[in-house]
Amino acid sequence: MSVKVTIDGIAIEVEPGTTILNAARQIGGDIVPPAMCYYSKLKDSGGKCRTCLVKVSKGSEKDPRPMPKLVASCRTTVMDGMEVQNITSPEVIEARKGIVEMLLVNHPLDCPICDQAGECHLQDLSFEHGAVKTRYEFDRRTFEKIDIGDKIQLHMTRCILCYRCVFVANQLTDHRYHGILNRGDHSEISTYIQHAVDNDFSGNVIDVCPVGALTDKTFRFKNRVWFTKPVEAHRDCDHKDCNGKVTLWYKGEEVLRVTARKDVYGEVEEFICNTCRFDKKKTSDWVIDGPRHVSHKSVISSNHYDFIPLPVVKTNPVLIEANKEQFERETRL
Amino acid sequence: MARKLLLEHINVPGINTFDVYRSKGGYASVEKALKTMSPDEVVEEVKKSGLRGRGGAGFPTGMKWSFLAKPEGVARYLVCNADESEPGTFKDRYLMTYIPHLLIEGMITASYALGAKVSYIYVRGEMMPQIRILEKAIAEAKNAGFLGKNILGSGYDLELYVQPGGGAYICGEETALLESLEGKRGNPRIKPPFPAIAGLYGCPTVVNNVESIAAVVPIINEGGEEYAKIGIGRSTGTKLISAGGNVKKPGVYEIDLGLPAEEFLYSDEYCGGIANGKRLKAVVAGGSSVPILPANLFLKTINNQPRLMSYESLADGGFATGTMMGSGGFIAFDEDQCIVRNTWNFTRFYHHESCGQCSPCREGTGWMEKVLHRLEYGHGKMSDMDLLVDVSKKIEGNTICPLGDAAAWPVASAIRHFRDEFEWHVTNASEAVTRNFGLAHYADPLPKLETVS
Repeated sequence: MSVKVTIDGIAIEVEPGTTILNAARQIGGDIVPPAMCYYSKLKDSGGKCRTCLVKVSKGSEKDPRPMPKLVASCRTTVMDGMEVQNITSPEVIEARKGIVEMLLVNHPLDCPICDQAGECHLQDLSFEHGAVKTRYEFDRRTFEKIDIGDKIQLHMTRCILCYRCVFVANQLTDHRYHGILNRGDHSEISTYIQHAVDNDFSGNVIDVCPVGALTDKTFRFKNRVWFTKPVEAHRDCDHKDCNGKVTLWYKGEEVLRVTARKDVYGEVEEFICNTCRFDKKKTSDWVIDGPRHVSHKSVISSNHYDFIPLPVVKTNPVLIEANKEQFERETRL
Repeated sequence: MARKLLLEHINVPGINTFDVYRSKGGYASVEKALKTMSPDEVVEEVKKSGLRGRGGAGFPTGMKWSFLAKPEGVARYLVCNADESEPGTFKDRYLMTYIPHLLIEGMITASYALGAKVSYIYVRGEMMPQIRILEKAIAEAKNAGFLGKNILGSGYDLELYVQPGGGAYICGEETALLESLEGKRGNPRIKPPFPAIAGLYGCPTVVNNVESIAAVVPIINEGGEEYAKIGIGRSTGTKLISAGGNVKKPGVYEIDLGLPAEEFLYSDEYCGGIANGKRLKAVVAGGSSVPILPANLFLKTINNQPRLMSYESLADGGFATGTMMGSGGFIAFDEDQCIVRNTWNFTRFYHHESCGQCSPCREGTGWMEKVLHRLEYGHGKMSDMDLLVDVSKKIEGNTICPLGDAAAWPVASAIRHFRDEFEWHVTNASEAVTRNFGLAHYADPLPKLETVS
């Protein structure tokens, strides 16, 4: 039993209960809505940032009425015969541009001194969807930097309140030390006055943070990410929940930092423990699996010269089929 | 004078006590429902009455009740939304202060109809006296056997609890209210699932406004069809309107829906006209979140029909020239009020009350507030009006809950109808901080409707 959904004219059969965003990810390519708060590995995440808004032009086969408002694709499940417009709808493009502008209203735009620059999702998002200039002419909210334990630093000024780290604290750790204080644009991620997140998996809040609000203190200001060389490696971690598969970020012979392996959407494949992340910074600790593939679109690839030409035919069989359909339709017209 | 259904005995001394309320025919609906009707018949009666939710959205109450999922072995809940915090609305507080047993009676009847064994009244934290009044009323009702185990020998059990909230406006949104009631941070949930499927503690839940629940009492006493005879079209029954602003007699009035707006504002029975002999400038017809209307468009619709106090007539003209019934927070502005300052004040409220969960509302309300503050204090620019309209459009419809829409509509409508006043604040900046713009020139005559050939 599978349901058929059409996203921007590309049809795909998916399992019932799949969200529109995940259906779009199965198709792949340009039609995948961007997501700043949704994280497939974290239950209940999503629906907050509103960048993944799409237009449902046909509700389902049974009830073909369009949905009255744009819907958050990460939290809306597909119905049989649903037709979704993402980049083909000017309304969606306009709304997304507005959302990006809203996200940047209180974001400091200190990319030149931010450690996340180069791998920041907000940077990518505003580059792709945002306006060139901001119309916001007021002071932005600022916060003092807060240390969460001795390895993680929280700089709330940059936070876009995606709640991902809150979900990590809720779902990965045994005690909830992480939450939101206050409301509106003065709400802040807090550990209740520097109460340390003391847990073997607390370091994952760094990986899930889409911006530079949560950073690794062992890596801060060591290097720009595009001067480092990512290498995949693993080790036999004795923590029962950690499988020790990581990415090492080298500068010369030195391991500057260790992160979990991330997929094409910037989401970690598996969460790693703090021992792997913070304490094992020698090559001898690791078994090297090989260089990490970096997308040619990413700035991280700029210093590596392993340029991969644009794929003419993508590997996804569904997409190849859909491309054919689209080609036929266009040539017919 | 129209018949009162909810406030009939409001002036009886001691009506807030059980004995006086009972001697005036109180709790008759509970007796009638529990002894002679099945729960489905009560729901059917409410459906027949055409009662629409009095909290703001105007969704038919009977329909909402019939959507409630009824899986076996799962508890169902009725939650009364007494988190009344819309600027301009004070009808629920009035009802709970002076005639609390009406709400208790409605809660018992409605809980019986829905099969709820435990029901909650979620009261806003600032209303501490009302919480005490309700708790006293519940104790009295329990003492008389109308609450607790085996009510009136019918075998139906009900426990009723009053829960004080923290005083956040967002907790008036039904899913945020449920989160808060569960003891969590009051963030609206992402729908679906709707509360009728998975609400309080994951169980099917109905959330109703105080006035909707109180209106169940006359519906059961007199029958749904009798109730539906009052009112006009799909707006049936009576509605409490909390009139405020520059009217001669502010207060809570019970009106038959369909009363002409002009009569409500100017007749001595209701508001009694504008205070101090001034002229009407603008009206917010249903609480701060509905679009503001200039005097001429409030009294007459764009088609030159008289405007009536009903869901349909107030919404006539859509967002271009109409407004909404909302929660009945009626605010009249006379010629000496500044629309820019008022809009800024409303936006300041929404900025303060935004929960901060989704980005358009979190950042957009603050942005609008700052721009309006700048305009009000004479530092504005001509481009600010277009900026505000654009920002409000980016918020509207893109948020999780209706607070984003509620923040966007007053700004968009104020600029639509009072643009020359906003522009005057820019061109005469120094004058704007010392005196008000006065009555808008275009308030009379009515704008001509454009015809499309």
